[in-house]
Amino acid sequence: MSRRWIVALKVVAHVACLGPIAWLLWRLYLSLTTDPTALGPDPTHTVTFFTGRGTLRLLVITLAVTPVRRLIPKLSWLGRFRRLLGLYAFFYACLHLLTYVGLYAGWSWAAMMDDISQRRFITAGLAAWLMLVPLALTSTTWSIRKLGGKNWNRLHWLTYAAAISGVIHYWWGVKSGVKTPLAITVVLGVLLLARPVLKYRAQSAELSLQKKRVSESAG
Amino acid sequence: MLIWTKTEIPSSEITPKATYMNRRAFMAAAAAAGVAAVAGEGMARMLRPSNVEADEKLTTVKSQYSTPGLTPTPLEDITHYNNFYEFGVNKGDPAKNAGMLKTRPWTVQVEGLVKQKKTFDIDALLKMKPLEDRIYRFRCVEAWSMVIPWVGYSLSEFINACEPLPSAKYVQFISLADRKDELLPFEAGISWPYSEGLRMDEAMHPLTLLTFGLYGDVLPNQDGAPVRVIVPWKYGFKSGKSIVKVKFVKDQPHTTWNDMAPNEYGFYSNVNPNVDHPRWSQKRERVIGAPIFRQLQPTLMFNGYGDQVASLYAGMDLRKNY
Repeated sequence: MSRRWIVALKVVAHVACLGPIAWLLWRLYLSLTTDPTALGPDPTHTVTFFTGRGTLRLLVITLAVTPVRRLIPKLSWLGRFRRLLGLYAFFYACLHLLTYVGLYAGWSWAAMMDDISQRRFITAGLAAWLMLVPLALTSTTWSIRKLGGKNWNRLHWLTYAAAISGVIHYWWGVKSGVKTPLAITVVLGVLLLARPVLKYRAQSAELSLQKKRVSESAG
Repeated sequence: MLIWTKTEIPSSEITPKATYMNRRAFMAAAAAAGVAAVAGEGMARMLRPSNVEADEKLTTVKSQYSTPGLTPTPLEDITHYNNFYEFGVNKGDPAKNAGMLKTRPWTVQVEGLVKQKKTFDIDALLKMKPLEDRIYRFRCVEAWSMVIPWVGYSLSEFINACEPLPSAKYVQFISLADRKDELLPFEAGISWPYSEGLRMDEAMHPLTLLTFGLYGDVLPNQDGAPVRVIVPWKYGFKSGKSIVKVKFVKDQPHTTWNDMAPNEYGFYSNVNPNVDHPRWSQKRERVIGAPIFRQLQPTLMFNGYGDQVASLYAGMDLRKNY
C-alpha cells in the first residue's frame, strides 16, 4: 500500500467517522429550528442511542483489525487505521456520556450518583468509558515507546474489557424482551473467539512445520 | 335516548395548529370529493349515531376532571411513539402494524362477581354516557411522558352498569389476544392475553377513564382502540388497551408486567418519584415532542394527581406497595 493510498484512505476513514456526527448535528439544528420532529418524538433518546451504538460499532471494528490482518496478510496495512478508529470510538463514547450527563441527569451530581449506585446499566457503561480513558491517553507513539511494546499491548487488552462492558451496558439498558443488542453481541463474541483460534492455528502450523523438519532430518 | 350536549371547548382548540390544519386539509379534500354527499352522510349520522370507527369525530362535552394548564403532545407523537407489544416491541411498530386490528364488531364481556354476566357492544358503550374531553398527563414507567387529550367517561359509570357484587374487591381488564388481528410477537416475552387490574376503589375513582378517543376522534388503533382504560396517576402499563373482558374478583388479579418482573413492576405502580426502578430513575421524565434541551422535567407524586387520589393510599407504605 503506497503512502498516497494510505493518506487517501485515512481521509475516507475520517469522513466515515465524522459523517454520522455531522448528520446528527444537522438534525439537531433542524429540530431546534424548522422541524421539531427531526430527531424523532424523543430527541434525547435518539441522540443517546445514536452515539452509544456508534461507540460499540467503532470499538468492534477497532478490535477486528488485528484478526483480519492475521487472517489476510495482504490487508496488514489496516493496522495503520487502528489508532484512528479507537480514538473515534472514544470520541463517540464521550459524546454518549455527555448526552447522559446533560440530558438525562440534567447536570445534577446527585442524580448521577443515584444512577451509578442504583442502576447497574449505568455502572457498566461508566466502567466501559473509564477503561477507554487510559487507552486514549496512551494512544500516542511516544506512549508506546515509553511503556514498551509489551506493556503497551498488555494495557490495550482493556479494549476487550471495555467492549464487553459496553455490550453488557446495552443489554442491561434495554427492556427485558428487547433483542436489539444481539447483533453486536454476536460480532464481539466472534472476535473474542477469533484471537485464540488464530493463535492455535498459527501454533499448529508452526508445530507441523517443525515436525516436517524433524521427519525430514530423520529421513 | 341521545345525549346532545354542546361542547364548550371544541377539540379543535386544544389540537396543535399543525395537526388541526392537516385535518382541515383532509376535510377540504373530502369536501371536494362531494360536498353534498359528505354533508348528507354527516346529517344522517347526527340523527342516528351508528358505528363509529377510526378517524371519526366524537361528540364530546367539557369535563371538570380535565387537567387545566397543559399543552397536549402533538398527535403525530401520540400515534407514533407507542408501547403496544401486541403489535411489536419497538415504539414505531404499533403505528405500522395496528392497521390489522378490526375494531368492529367488538364486545366487552363482563364476568366474575357480578349480579349476572353481561356483554356490552362497543357502540352501546359509546352511547352509554356523554363522552368527555379529558386532558391528562401520561407517564410511562420508562421515564417519558406526554399530555393526552383523551375522550371517554369515568370507568365508574361502566362499573355501575356491570352491577358488581359487594364481594368484588378488584377488577381485572383483559386485552384482545388474537393472531388474526394482532402479531403477538414472541420476542415480547409476554404470555398473552395482556392482563391488568385495579383495586375496586381505584377503578371507581372519577379520574379513572373508560377511554374511546383522543383529540376528539375515535382512538387510533395503535393507542388501544376501540376501548381502553386510562389511570392517569399510574404508570402507563397499568392502563390496558383494546379491552375485551372485564372481570370482578375477590383477590388481587395477576397482571402482565408484575408476572414478568415483580421486583420492577408492582401491582400498584403509582407514579412515584421516590421509588426508583432498576433501569429508570423515576425522579425525572423526558417530555415527548419537546425540544431536546427542554425535555427533562421533574416527575410529580401521583403524576400530579395527589390531591385527588392520595387518600386512596392513606396508611399504606408506598415503598413496599410500589
